[in-house]
Amino acid sequence: MLQVVERVESLQRVNDFVVKFANVNGSGSASANALFAKSVLRMGVTATPRNIFPSNIQGLPTWYEVRISEAGYMGARGGGPDLMVAMNPQTWDGDIKGIEPGGYLFYDNTKPMPASKFRDDIVVVGVPLTRMTNEAYSNPRQRQLFKNIVGLGALAALLDIDVPCIEQLLAEQFKGRDKLIEANVQALHMGLDWVKANLGDPVGLKLRKADSVGDRIFIDGNSAAALGAVYGGATVCAWYPITPSSSVAEAFTAYCNRMRVDKATGKKNYAIVQAEDELSSIGMVIGAAWNGARSFTATSGPGVSLMSEFVGLAYFAEIPAVIMDVQRSGPSTGMPTRTQQTDLTICAYASHGDTKHVLLIPEDPHECFDFGALAFDLADRLQTPIFVMLDLEIGMNERLTAPFVWDDSRKMDRGKVMTAEQLEAGAKFGRYLDVDGDGITYRTYPGTHPTKGAFFTRGTSKDSMARYSEEGADYQENMERLLKKHRTAATLVPKAIETKAKQATQYGAIYFGSTSPAMAEADEQLNARGVALDMLRLRAFPFGPEVEAFIDAHETVFVIEQNRDGQMRSMLINELEINPKKLAKVVHYDGTPITARFISGAIAKHLNIQ
Amino acid sequence: MTFIPKPKLHHPDLQKNALGYTRRDYEGPVSTLCAGCGHDSISAAIVRACFELDIAPHRVAKLSGIGCSSKTPTYFLGASHGFNSVHGRMPSVATGANLANKELIYLGVSGDGDSASIGLGQFAHAMRRGVNMVYIVENNGVYGLTKGQFSATSDKGAKSKRGLINADEPIDLVGMALQLGATFVARSFSGDKAQLVPLIEAALKHQGAAFIDCVSPCVAFNNHEGSTKSFDYVREHNAALNTLDFISARSEITVDYAPGTLEMVTQHDGSILQLRKLHTSYDVNDRVAAMTYMQERAAAGEIVTGLLYVDPNPRDHHAHLNTVDRPLNELSDDVLVPGARALDRLNAGLR
Repeated sequence: MLQVVERVESLQRVNDFVVKFANVNGSGSASANALFAKSVLRMGVTATPRNIFPSNIQGLPTWYEVRISEAGYMGARGGGPDLMVAMNPQTWDGDIKGIEPGGYLFYDNTKPMPASKFRDDIVVVGVPLTRMTNEAYSNPRQRQLFKNIVGLGALAALLDIDVPCIEQLLAEQFKGRDKLIEANVQALHMGLDWVKANLGDPVGLKLRKADSVGDRIFIDGNSAAALGAVYGGATVCAWYPITPSSSVAEAFTAYCNRMRVDKATGKKNYAIVQAEDELSSIGMVIGAAWNGARSFTATSGPGVSLMSEFVGLAYFAEIPAVIMDVQRSGPSTGMPTRTQQTDLTICAYASHGDTKHVLLIPEDPHECFDFGALAFDLADRLQTPIFVMLDLEIGMNERLTAPFVWDDSRKMDRGKVMTAEQLEAGAKFGRYLDVDGDGITYRTYPGTHPTKGAFFTRGTSKDSMARYSEEGADYQENMERLLKKHRTAATLVPKAIETKAKQATQYGAIYFGSTSPAMAEADEQLNARGVALDMLRLRAFPFGPEVEAFIDAHETVFVIEQNRDGQMRSMLINELEINPKKLAKVVHYDGTPITARFISGAIAKHLNIQ
Repeated sequence: MTFIPKPKLHHPDLQKNALGYTRRDYEGPVSTLCAGCGHDSISAAIVRACFELDIAPHRVAKLSGIGCSSKTPTYFLGASHGFNSVHGRMPSVATGANLANKELIYLGVSGDGDSASIGLGQFAHAMRRGVNMVYIVENNGVYGLTKGQFSATSDKGAKSKRGLINADEPIDLVGMALQLGATFVARSFSGDKAQLVPLIEAALKHQGAAFIDCVSPCVAFNNHEGSTKSFDYVREHNAALNTLDFISARSEITVDYAPGTLEMVTQHDGSILQLRKLHTSYDVNDRVAAMTYMQERAAAGEIVTGLLYVDPNPRDHHAHLNTVDRPLNELSDDVLVPGARALDRLNAGLR
């Protein structure tokens, strides 16, 4: 069954290669693929999977690419896979074409492909998965599902995956259902034994137990952000389904079911509403927050567009709101299942009138959790919408990340809320009166006091006592205070983190969000080519003073981002009045995650380094 | 435009309600709407209803969208929190506010432009979710603030002040509310205080989505000959279905019960709606019959007013969501935040 085409110098690598699974959407491959990645992790080797999928439920091709790197590189490597597991005839030609020279093709050769369908510089490994499962199972559904597990067994034999690791994972996955565990283990060994009996050792890519995982956990960013919302004390979630953000609300629902149901009554300490559209979901969020509940929505770019009018109102009326934006590529259908950092300016300046909003930009699931919780404190403290800027790359892919941490002494910061007792004691209340000089004013929740503290919430036509006013002076005073509040925000948001080069350098690089792992790897590649870079990872907007200081300290600063127009670069120029010539644009926006190869290549080219 | 407070001088003999409030305590600043606007009559009816029901003003949250009608919450219940939100989106804001605190009374005021055009979707979904609120549409069939354009409730063939004829079919919000599952549906006329006040009172006591379509002529742009929302037109074509006396739960119930003309409807909280029926065959608890009846009378050119449908045992949005009894906005860290140990267990499950 082994078809080794002559004169191939096949790849020989240990704990450092890329495997790509080409699947048919809806064929049950997802759980077997995840098992593959997790079994590598259980061996102590860093594995970073990525789902590549179309906007489709069933039938169209999907891919699952796993980068295995004992060195710990987690960004997309770029290039083709070293091993292609080609289970989808529809994408066969493209899949074969993509394999790295000297790489391997694994396929189901129940019906062997003619030699013309291969390349002469790859090793082809055929395993008759369909024949095996058809012989072993009569139920068509079982045949399909177990085919994936038989395939995993075959791969385990070829790559030396530790079999007890897989068996342990199966036992955990189907805990309490012993028959299912037994059946899966049987299927696993069917593949394993067949390869051992029929093939030698044709694949030069090997896994060995290592210690590069540590205590890290494996989770997707959307789930982490949702868990952050639970810990952040969110009680109201209103949302409208949109890829790639839907799983935020779904994960929030699952976590709440587990952790937020009152044991005595079975009633819920939360309310989740799937709204009729994004206009409504943000309206509910704002209504709930106005009334003192922590509330949030999750959406993507088109949803942000729809929400913009309300976001403006919340900015001017000063109502907390948390919006988790899982960014994707553009409108409509198709590219929206691809990743981009493309909603920066629309979120930072969402809505009509002069507005500026707070953005939190997590780099990985760990920060998705942290910022997911922090967003609610900031929203209450600043009484304004807070955007948590995920993207599809972070949001929809499970990845290794530092374990979540919570300090039990931490309490929700509800910000400046005047209570009935304070009002009763004679505290002066003016809804938009800046008594502390930080631009943040006191609010009251509806229903607080019979005669004091009530106010009417409007957009801009008001004075500092929340009375209706169309006076220009009142408007300007309010707008200046909002600007002051935005400056206060800059002192409260997470600071940018600098990583200094080993030697002094005139070159800086600014990056953020899901670019993080690729940037770290690119830095090593550039170092190897003699380029030293100081790096600054932005974590929020508005920018703190450290951002301006970093730019000032370098002659050229590369701004690396995943959109066409260099949106973050524009914001830096706009907010800090930086000379545009100083900020070199490095943009990657084809919908695939940015790679170290791309970043180092672009910077080297800019510096004329061969 | 400025803010015009009303003088706080009260006549010493002003009648007080059970909470010790006078009618003046339920008012707001002076209205800036046109003199004679039907909307001001509705505001006055709201003031009277809240006073008579002994509602503490600060326990009401009043919400609106954009338009003449949506300006009115400023002019009543000055001691209540108010929210003048976005055009057509009052229902979502009210839904969210209600989710945060189920203990307040939510009074949404909207108009035909706000609810039948830009906000039609939000209106529909608030009704079908059963948001526990009073939703009043001050329906004048015209855009007032933008100077007289037709709205989606303008009748086909109605004539604008500029002489244009409306060619489009009108949207019937009452019919929609019935179809969408609102548990209290009524129509009234701003000029009929005797009917409107008890309807608002009953709606305020109703524990579910209570919708009142209140025809409210626009004196500036829709009170001329040829308009089907003018005072004269509505008075001529009004076919009152029933008149309503509202009896709150704690009052002693003494009624003259005359079979065939009176019907008693007990709401969930024990309050009683005493219907004086003009059409003896009309069953106020029959949603399907209500829809049929409305269609028939509309075809005959009548504007049926009165209580059209009420579900005596409504379920509201919170009941559907099975939320805890305590308002969500009162829940503290110990209830909401699972803590470090739970997180450690979660971490352990993710390795």
